Amino acid sequence: MLEIKNMKKSFGDMEVLRGVDIKVEKGDVVTVIGPSGSGKTTLLRCINFLERAKEGEMIFDGVHYQLNAIGRKDIAALRKKTGFVFQNYNLFRNKTALQNVTEGLVVARKVPKDEARSAGLKALEKVGLANRADAYPHQLSGGQQQRVAIARAIVTEPEVIFFDEPTSALDPELVGEVLNVMRNLAAEGMTMLIVTHEMQFARNVASHVVFMDQGLVVEEGRPEEIFESPREARTRQFLQFIMDREAPAPQ
Amino acid sequence: MNERVWQLLLDSFWQILLPGIRVTIPLTLVSFSLGLIIALLTAMVQVANIPVVKQIARIYVWIIRGTPLLVQLFVIFYGLPSVGIILDAIPSAIIVFSFNTGAYASETVRAAIEAVPVGQIEAGYCVGMNYLQIMGRIVLPQALRTAFPPLSNSLIGLVKDTSLAANITVVEMFLAGQRIAANSLEVMAIYCEVAFVYLLFCTVLTKLQTYCEKRMKTY
Repeated sequence: MLEIKNMKKSFGDMEVLRGVDIKVEKGDVVTVIGPSGSGKTTLLRCINFLERAKEGEMIFDGVHYQLNAIGRKDIAALRKKTGFVFQNYNLFRNKTALQNVTEGLVVARKVPKDEARSAGLKALEKVGLANRADAYPHQLSGGQQQRVAIARAIVTEPEVIFFDEPTSALDPELVGEVLNVMRNLAAEGMTMLIVTHEMQFARNVASHVVFMDQGLVVEEGRPEEIFESPREARTRQFLQFIMDREAPAPQ
Repeated sequence: MNERVWQLLLDSFWQILLPGIRVTIPLTLVSFSLGLIIALLTAMVQVANIPVVKQIARIYVWIIRGTPLLVQLFVIFYGLPSVGIILDAIPSAIIVFSFNTGAYASETVRAAIEAVPVGQIEAGYCVGMNYLQIMGRIVLPQALRTAFPPLSNSLIGLVKDTSLAANITVVEMFLAGQRIAANSLEVMAIYCEVAFVYLLFCTVLTKLQTYCEKRMKTY
């Protein structure tokens, strides 16, 4: 459904992506893990054209696009088929939760207001926030804001949703509610590409795990392959480091 | 103060207030409204980074902010006739005050637009909106709220700056007061009265600002 080939991106002299290939099939939950600075977030941002890749190719629903030559119209059309959830939620501060969710329907897709409203309420219900529809972002907790952001991403019925470290900005006790919503989406068959530091989540929910380091995909496979018998030394090293950190201190 | 001065102050009050209501206030409101439109456009072309137009906007702001308001009034009213452009006093004043307000306010608006987190613009793109939709529905509403207190400053400043129009024969509040002072010779009393009426106007605006700010605090 979505395939990226040889994606390259630099910021000045720094090469952040050095030829990344990634493939997402319909219904897949692909998680991208890796140390910070490995290019995971840049990869997602380039896929949705928030950054422009220097080189590479995208195949979306069988249509080929050159990433460095793609036009404005194609970008707009592709964005309408995808959803994006940011690390910092990025809710519209001047809109209520419901308005945040319906904005893309009413303004970008010209859906009639009452139709958008009922779709919006349904999406909010899915993330457990129908009762907070009229709240402004500043009246919501971080976890609630992120759930509204997820509702905003699913309401347009996208073919794939990109998650950029969706729980990294949250207080530890709020992480669970967001992961639960994502778990439910996965169970419903939503196609998702998730950059995350939540190893438990990556292991339990993902259908496919990609390990990135220094702008390259080092290793990928089913979660049990990556987490239980990683082939590459760098993958082992990274997972060991994470496990040491998450393990309780010895008595 | 003796009775004669009190009587004079009482008699002259309407003679000062009337040109205030008929000239100072409309001159301020018209100039400020036009100035806001100019400011918005000037700020937008800079934020949107439109080549050439953006440079013109910078030059406009540079010239207006770098020259005295009084000199600008003289150039337009007394200077332009020598190149064949003759404007009445009131239109001259409106032009100068509008462009002056526009230059200062454009910097306020520009800063307020840039203060809206870029992530919300990216989110707008991601839900399928285009640049103008994002600007109109997400960025500008938030920017104008941020800009409201400094813009109120500009408005209050403009009320008082309109007194400079007395120098190009606009009979506004200050010129009316000046004439009464010259006739009565009670210079101190009359100018204090003029100042008092300006203070009155600005007090109303300050109250209005507080009220509006409270109402805007929904998000």
